[in-house]
Amino acid sequence: MEILEAILITIVTASTPLLLAALGELVVERSGVLNLGVEGMMIMGAVCAFAVSLTTGNPYLGLVAGMLGGVVMSILFGFLTLTLVSNQVATGLALTLLGLGLSGMVGEGFVGTPGVKLAPLPIPGLVELPVIGRALFGQDPLFYLSVVLTIGTTWFLFKSRAGLIVRAVGENHGSAHALGYSVIKVRYLAVMFGGLCAGLAGAYLSLVYTSLWIENMTAGRGWIALALVVFASWLPKRLIIGAYLFGTVSILQFHAQGAGIGIPSQLLSALPYLATILALVFISRNRAVARANTPACLGLAFVPDR
Amino acid sequence: MTNTPLLQAKSLTKKFGTLKANDSVDLVVQPGEIHALLGENGAGKSTLVKMLYGALQPTSGQIYWKGQEVHLADPAQARTLGVGMVFQHFSLFDSLNVVENIALALPKGTKIGPLAKRVEEVSHDYGLPLKADNLVADLSVGERQRIEIVRCLLQNPELIIMDEPTSVLTPQEADLLFQTLERLSKEGRSILYISHRLEEVQKMCDTATILRHGKLVEHCNPANETAASLARLMVGSSVKAVERSKPDVSAAPVRLKLQKLSLPPASPFAVPLSDISLSVKGGEVVAIAGVAGNGQSELFDALSGERDTPADAIIINEIESGHKGVTARRSLGAAFVPEERLGHAAVPDLPLSENVILTRHGSDKPLKSGLFLQRNHAGELGIRISEAFDVRKGAPDPNAGSLSGGNLQKFVVGREIDRGPTLLVVSQPTWGVDAGAAALIRQALLDLARQGAAVVVISQDLDEIFEIADRIAVINKGELSKAEPVEDMSLEKIGLLMGGVHGAEPETIPASKGQEAYNAD
Amino acid sequence: MQIELQKRALPSSLMTWLSPALAITLTVLTGALMFGMLGFNPAQALYVYFIAPLLDSWSLQELVVKAAPLVLIGVGLSICYRSNNWNIGAEGQFTMGAILGSILPVVFYQWESPLTFPLMVALGALGGALFGAIPALLKNKFGANEILTSLMLTYVALLTLDYLVRGPWKNPEGFNFPESRLFSDAALAPSLIADSRMHIGALFAVIAVIAIFILFSRTLKGFEIRVLGATPRAGNFAGFSKERMILFAFMTSGALAGIAGIIEVAGPIGQLTPTISPGYGFTAIIVAFLGRLNPIGILFAGLLLALSYLGGEAAQIELGISEKTSKAFQGILLFYILACDTLIHYHVKFVSSKKKEAV
Repeated sequence: MEILEAILITIVTASTPLLLAALGELVVERSGVLNLGVEGMMIMGAVCAFAVSLTTGNPYLGLVAGMLGGVVMSILFGFLTLTLVSNQVATGLALTLLGLGLSGMVGEGFVGTPGVKLAPLPIPGLVELPVIGRALFGQDPLFYLSVVLTIGTTWFLFKSRAGLIVRAVGENHGSAHALGYSVIKVRYLAVMFGGLCAGLAGAYLSLVYTSLWIENMTAGRGWIALALVVFASWLPKRLIIGAYLFGTVSILQFHAQGAGIGIPSQLLSALPYLATILALVFISRNRAVARANTPACLGLAFVPDR
Repeated sequence: MTNTPLLQAKSLTKKFGTLKANDSVDLVVQPGEIHALLGENGAGKSTLVKMLYGALQPTSGQIYWKGQEVHLADPAQARTLGVGMVFQHFSLFDSLNVVENIALALPKGTKIGPLAKRVEEVSHDYGLPLKADNLVADLSVGERQRIEIVRCLLQNPELIIMDEPTSVLTPQEADLLFQTLERLSKEGRSILYISHRLEEVQKMCDTATILRHGKLVEHCNPANETAASLARLMVGSSVKAVERSKPDVSAAPVRLKLQKLSLPPASPFAVPLSDISLSVKGGEVVAIAGVAGNGQSELFDALSGERDTPADAIIINEIESGHKGVTARRSLGAAFVPEERLGHAAVPDLPLSENVILTRHGSDKPLKSGLFLQRNHAGELGIRISEAFDVRKGAPDPNAGSLSGGNLQKFVVGREIDRGPTLLVVSQPTWGVDAGAAALIRQALLDLARQGAAVVVISQDLDEIFEIADRIAVINKGELSKAEPVEDMSLEKIGLLMGGVHGAEPETIPASKGQEAYNAD
Repeated sequence: MQIELQKRALPSSLMTWLSPALAITLTVLTGALMFGMLGFNPAQALYVYFIAPLLDSWSLQELVVKAAPLVLIGVGLSICYRSNNWNIGAEGQFTMGAILGSILPVVFYQWESPLTFPLMVALGALGGALFGAIPALLKNKFGANEILTSLMLTYVALLTLDYLVRGPWKNPEGFNFPESRLFSDAALAPSLIADSRMHIGALFAVIAVIAIFILFSRTLKGFEIRVLGATPRAGNFAGFSKERMILFAFMTSGALAGIAGIIEVAGPIGQLTPTISPGYGFTAIIVAFLGRLNPIGILFAGLLLALSYLGGEAAQIELGISEKTSKAFQGILLFYILACDTLIHYHVKFVSSKKKEAV
């Protein structure tokens, strides 16, 4: 029972950063922008959160710094792709390379220093529940936030007018412009939300998941988040399933390595990446389903005529 | 008239870079009138109305609304004043439903629930029935236009701008639209009606403003003009009529034969083709009419070989070709001109000489020696085509994207005719090109046919079809009617074959009995 | 203040070549600012970083050694990017090339012959090409996004290498270090100049540049690449197969990356270790873009990025500036290139927001 509880807790902590980052990217893509720089924004969020929480001793200030780190990166991306209409794929790659490079530089002094951990915030009463109590109600505030954000994003996209506008801009930017909506402004806001979420996800890694700074500590999670958006066919509720599936895979391989079951550890470590490929193949195989929710203007540049 | 005009524009000018799209244009629209805005493609009609709708900012000039000068910063402001617009290329969102599409054009705070009810009420009231929760992607072009009109009406506009509304409708649907327009005008609303169909304008409109090359040519009363005199005002000179003779194809070989051609839809919202049969002989022009989105592009892709079909479904020059690729079909003597000039028929960022290679690398042996391309030969071909088809260009070998629509179309049609094909399939040969280029292209198609080639023209332009076709077939929801000689066809008959009125209310016209209901009229 | 873009009638050919120069200048200026903020003398730091390595023959040779893999991978990627196939898994294809090519000197280490090295190169190319074919096939068969699959496969390749050098391929006489046995002389890349570190990889890179240049400018295949990349629909209409192009682009660039990989282990390193690349596969993405996806441009871009590696090492030794700055520089450079490329297709105007309101 205790092992099960421990596994559940670690699954939640492994899944939360994926869910956070993917949620942000989902909104970005719904507005018609493909930001492949999630990894870069995440790692900047991680290093900023770590550095600020360590110097101030306050993990919440670190959290704010992580969000800011992600947002600043996303504004850079927005400036290039939205204002200067650069190629979104190339710019996303650039954002990732920049984030990995800068974070390595900024974080060099922190390698090996224990950081400040974001304390859990147990919900009284519910946390006592057997098996799931500590996994679901004894977590840190960011986990609760990820749940609230998922519900909030679903509501926003499908029930609010602003969400309708975001979807409209992603579906047909020409028409949205003709109706008088500022495509660029909507997209900037969406991209910044994506940066904020990626920053949070990064902060989660360095404040909750490890409370250490390790170079390249995102280890491809930003890319997995991107794959999750495709896997969820742009629906936030399906993101939960996807993120927790991947969290489970990565935790189980971890436990399998610990148990020493005779499979090379490298193969087990490769499982999350192989699972991502499999998931992509599985979801893309049926092109009709894969395409139904794809924002029609995804990745296309928009220059208004004036 | 002595009362204040509803809308007045004084010397509006709009420059894009160095190009003057509008050059001090004046316009006066009176309350309750249907006002036609006439002009050729590229005359500046769309630019003008976009300024009146706040979607473009004028470089200079003034706009007066009920006598007051206004600055329209964006469409929302124009809508608040009482200006509504129905776009030519609809400003709709395929993956959203009808009521969401409409909500996007209404002010903030509009609740979806009550709006859905109002949409259905208003649309039925005006004879434009709509269901609020239908996905736009599933609707026909005519129904989509209804959404635009209803969206406009819900804002209770005093001026409705309509950009080429009938170009996408069946003749029957167009008649319905005219009834709606008349009713709107009786309610005291003004309509600014953009068209290049002169009969329509003469029938419907109280006044007309004619533009040419961005400049105002004339204000007139269409009732006092003839179609010919209006055409002359639009074009600036008289356009030569197409010369044609009746072909005798009794002994000619069958160059294209379609046998029960069927094709599943390529995407969730695409049209499947079902059981299409057709036979075209050398020497004749067969036109395929139909409303946009009824399978024309699927049919073109199947004919050109961009999509695979069973081998015996398509026979080109007596050889089963359904499974052959584009290049193999070209080698059999076939040639193809797709609807979209840029991005399909030609690569915008490549020069004309390389665009020659695009469709001729397989069939013109001298273009290649071994692995290597012969660019000089491609350049010579480019020059030959440009000269034969009067392609006007600013540089010896400019990029395709820098040519005007008419000139690029002459080039892509010329590129294929220059090969001397025995079968030519062309889609929308004169869509969006000026009258001079259109006449040249149509004549070239007829001449090619009379030299013994089979020519298939897929077109939505009924005037064009009657001008050049020997036989006419109609495509509707992926099915093709029998190709009948042009003498046996009339606008009404074609309209019914096109499906009459799409998406009508079942109680008025039963879907299956639509034709009988109309025949009974 | 607002920025407005106006499309040029024709892409500016002046800007095509000016934009990388502008990007490099901006990167250097940003670098100076960064060094200043870190408390170093910017002029001195820039000198150590970018000028000093060019002044002695040892580092010039080292520059060529580092540029060779970047150029090899970069020209391969130019085929992918021009045909609109986003292969970002070159690092993985590099690694797989190194692994497959190393079978001869590691597993069949007793076999030494003049054929050993050429065969290793062929196997390296094969390994890279086959590994590159995976994302291509997944894209063709299932429509799976190649960006994500090629990147995920990179992790798989790196873990495979890690497994081999810690497991079955570990040097039995290596005191349990995670390394393969040392390559025999027959398996080492021949030097270009006797007793120098400059090995045959540089020659391979130059040959690849020339071959791909001819491919792009003179052949129908090159035309196909450009057309399918710019306008897939027109490419399809021309009778070119998108599927075959995807496979061709991925396998060619995979092969070139694989060659770079085997030459790297047979050249400077001389054995397999857990880390055989300082991120060449990713840096080559920057090389490809900085070189305008043009083989000749890529040759120069490869030298420049190699300089950033060398400069980073020099700056660490001489000034104590973190080597990590070179990665940051590379990222900043790519950002500036992409920003400056806007000038090729657009006029950029600065408009004050007030003036716009008044119109």
